[in-house]
Amino acid sequence: MAEVVTGPKLRLFPEEVAEIRRRLGREPNPVEWRVFEAMWSEHCSYKHSRPYLRVLPGEGPGVLRGPGGNAGVVEIAPGVAVAMKIESHNHPSAVDPFHGAATGVGGILRDVLSMGARPTALLDSLRFGEGPRSRRLLEGVVAGIAHYGNAVGVPVVGGEVHIEPCYTQHPLVNVCCVGILRSRDVRGAAAGGPGNVVLYAGARTGRDGIGGAAFASEELDAESALRDRSAVQIGDPLAGKLLIEATLEAYRTGAVVAVQDMGAAGLACAAAEMSARGGVGMRIDLAQIPRREAGMRPEEVLLSESQERMLLVVERGREEEVAGIYRRWGLLAQPIGVVTEEKVLRVYDGDRLVVELPPELMTGAPERRVPERPYAPPPLHLETLPEPEDPAEVLLRLLRAPGVHSKRWIYTQYDHLVQINTVVGPGSDAAVLRIKEASPLGIALSVDGPGRIASLDPWCGGAWAVCEAALNVACSGARPVAVTDGLNLASPEQPEVAWSLRRVLEGIADACRALGLPVIGGNVSLYNESTDRIYPTPIVAVLGVLRDVARAVPSGFRHPGDRVVLVGALGASLAGSTYLKEVHGLVAGAPPAPDLGLHARLVGLLVRAAEEGLVRSAHDLSDGGLGVALAEACILGEIGAGCDLSLQRTRVDELLFGEGPSRVVVTVPGDRYETFCALCREHRVPVQPLGRVGGDTLRIRLPRGGLEIGVSDLREAWEG
Amino acid sequence: MRRVRVVIFLKPGVLDAQGQAVATGLRALGYEVEDVRVGRAVELALPDGADVEELCARFLANPLIEEWRVEEG
Amino acid sequence: MRFGVVTFPGSNCDADCRWVLREVMGFETESVWHEETDLAGLDAVVLPGGFSYGDYLRAGAIAATSPVMLAVRAFAARGGLVLGVCNGFQILLETGLLPGAMLPNLGARFRCEWVRVRVERTDTPFTSRYRPGEVLRMPIAHREGRYYADPATLERLEAAGCVVFRYEGENPNGSLHGIAGIRDETGNVLGLMPHPERCAEGILGGEDGRRLFESMADWIRTKRREAVWQRS
Repeated sequence: MAEVVTGPKLRLFPEEVAEIRRRLGREPNPVEWRVFEAMWSEHCSYKHSRPYLRVLPGEGPGVLRGPGGNAGVVEIAPGVAVAMKIESHNHPSAVDPFHGAATGVGGILRDVLSMGARPTALLDSLRFGEGPRSRRLLEGVVAGIAHYGNAVGVPVVGGEVHIEPCYTQHPLVNVCCVGILRSRDVRGAAAGGPGNVVLYAGARTGRDGIGGAAFASEELDAESALRDRSAVQIGDPLAGKLLIEATLEAYRTGAVVAVQDMGAAGLACAAAEMSARGGVGMRIDLAQIPRREAGMRPEEVLLSESQERMLLVVERGREEEVAGIYRRWGLLAQPIGVVTEEKVLRVYDGDRLVVELPPELMTGAPERRVPERPYAPPPLHLETLPEPEDPAEVLLRLLRAPGVHSKRWIYTQYDHLVQINTVVGPGSDAAVLRIKEASPLGIALSVDGPGRIASLDPWCGGAWAVCEAALNVACSGARPVAVTDGLNLASPEQPEVAWSLRRVLEGIADACRALGLPVIGGNVSLYNESTDRIYPTPIVAVLGVLRDVARAVPSGFRHPGDRVVLVGALGASLAGSTYLKEVHGLVAGAPPAPDLGLHARLVGLLVRAAEEGLVRSAHDLSDGGLGVALAEACILGEIGAGCDLSLQRTRVDELLFGEGPSRVVVTVPGDRYETFCALCREHRVPVQPLGRVGGDTLRIRLPRGGLEIGVSDLREAWEG
Repeated sequence: MRRVRVVIFLKPGVLDAQGQAVATGLRALGYEVEDVRVGRAVELALPDGADVEELCARFLANPLIEEWRVEEG
Repeated sequence: MRFGVVTFPGSNCDADCRWVLREVMGFETESVWHEETDLAGLDAVVLPGGFSYGDYLRAGAIAATSPVMLAVRAFAARGGLVLGVCNGFQILLETGLLPGAMLPNLGARFRCEWVRVRVERTDTPFTSRYRPGEVLRMPIAHREGRYYADPATLERLEAAGCVVFRYEGENPNGSLHGIAGIRDETGNVLGLMPHPERCAEGILGGEDGRRLFESMADWIRTKRREAVWQRS
């Protein structure tokens, strides 16, 4: 990406080098240059994305901690709060899928922990290419997530996987962590109280991950897979587990002022961010840092990304009490400095001063404005495509498609039950957890990221991501309350990418405003490109709240005789659809823009209907459209259904496999049908009766002919 | 001070599921492999008179399912 | 009646077990730290699931050397009830309180799912509330659950009626004889791979695990009554 300067080659833009010299009023020393290189990387500074991120609504009722901290926190009931955050570990996972994914899990757990919450659940959102190499990467990533999550005892309760060629060189590994806490226990990561002690806790510091922050911001080239192996850290889930328990116990002393994980750019970043947030400085002695190897240089100690290390600010005089807790859990704990009133971070190596920088300057990389260039999706000429002769065969084929196919082989490798809160686990529209301390309260979680749609229309992709995740949550009966997002794009220095970044964020922002959802935190991963470029991939996690978790609505059909009803937007489109890609090898057309007003009413309807016990199941229509949704509801419920679409006038492929936001299949007991329809009218949501649950086949009457497939055959295609 | 390396494998009669998984992976890559066994190695520095066999039997290996060999040096 | 739940570094089902024993079953329950050497006052000890010491040498091997396991051994010898779930079962095998060993699952993958388990014996302190031959639905979650013992040991286990739980239908890990849980020959030590604490509440999808804890409570009450009788 860039040029530089005097001395060692640095990854900074020339104007950034000039800015540093100007604002500092002197020439930084070589260690300080290294610190700037890491701190001003895209990964730590968000310098390209910050100008665009401002469009996101960060505030809202119940938001206790908005964006900018280690994780967002929202109050979901009086006294009960949820912390959540998405983090990507794309580049490390491309180089070493197992350890890259494992350490990604460790880092996001500690971000949530640092807000005062016990990490309660994980969701993973994965994107891989096609072919055996990509499959091995996927298996390595799944094993890495399982390795860390299972041992640390945080269940992976949901997620999604999509396979597209554009991710072959650049797989995406995004992990969302959710934690539960009492509202009054919420913490920040602002250092404060001059004279307070800076405490280092956790594992030793080694040379692993040096330069990781800068590494994450570079385009991966062909050789880097070998060359950069040293930039990948190795995680220790045992230490990660002990760090969670010890830190939660340390909080209970009341002596802990602030905590932050030493992640990207290590100690330097944690110390600078904590100081900058608190408007203070720190004096730190590197000689006190417990090390794993001899002969480490000051910049290596400062920037090491060794895992399972946290930086704490502890009330003066109580450092031994807090350190004792960590030691009892078998971890290291060592005072390494003090908080100072003067807003300067002074780092010593014994007697020698090695860094003397204002924290605001370290964390204040200037925003970069880059040129944008809009683009339009390739047109779709539907009239040139033949309609399928055998819709049943197409349906079975779509059930086998990688984006639709059951992810059972993945989620059975994750302990999704530990902590005994999982009411609905992976494989459903949304995961549902009970909250033991606030029974009968529950939460629902869903993560969604329609990269293919975003590649055709980035605004639509951003809006669609929010709409789908919110709708999944609402299908389970939960009221959506907050969003965290992970943006994954190629190089922002490409004008089309910069434009898509803006449009994706505008889509997310518009949808969140329409649904009344605050974005309480997020992550941006850029430079996911080399010879090919990934789709702009917004990944959105939505948190929902159930007043009574026992009323959670499942996705699968349940009861013979129930009415099968389509609610929401009745039409759909083949643009950008799974059908178009799988059957015709096309990614084309302008995807339908969500009607955000209708979407908000649909969400409201589903929550009401669940609370009043009107619906027996609800399943969101997504990849593969109505046909796949009906098939999945049959498979999940182990019961058939008969539906009549013979009066529809659209093409049969559009009718069965067209996709679009705001569409849900619900089942309603016969005697509640009128009440349900009245509720739909009240919410101004269109309703279309499709048929009834029953039998052991899925039967669909079409304008010409129809299809009938046994539920066991559907299952065989979907799971086999 | 004596340096030894203890190499531990499952006994021949005990099915090595990890070894099988590795063999499957290698074959998928097109390598011809007849058999793969996955074990682990432990390097120790200990006093000259230490009873390595006893320490292996009691802790490093599980004699019910594993066998080991001690390499000097 | 007092239950103790041991916390080793890396245990991750200790809080779940305490929740079920205390909040669901209503038993007095305390945490037992892995360095504890005194188990006086307890009627039953639970070794919970998780990854004690990261399972870094072999599952359960390092935990087996911790001070509390000496105390558990003495506690078991005095007739106290010892229940090992998942990693707790692995620890019981590594300490030799139960015979045999655990190998990585066939397929070498971690598996978390609901399985069916048949109750082979109901004349134990852990299973008196079940019906003979009853098939339970319980979750498993482990990577090393393939029970192994040499043929002579297996034969002895079967002959002595020490196999308490057996997988029904699919054997999820390749366990010999489909073994899911065994007891020792005196009968007061039980290890099993499925998690009864994960199926003790209806909201979590099943309640079949609950009767295991109820059985333990029945047995403890009976023992107490007998002790009172003998004294009077």
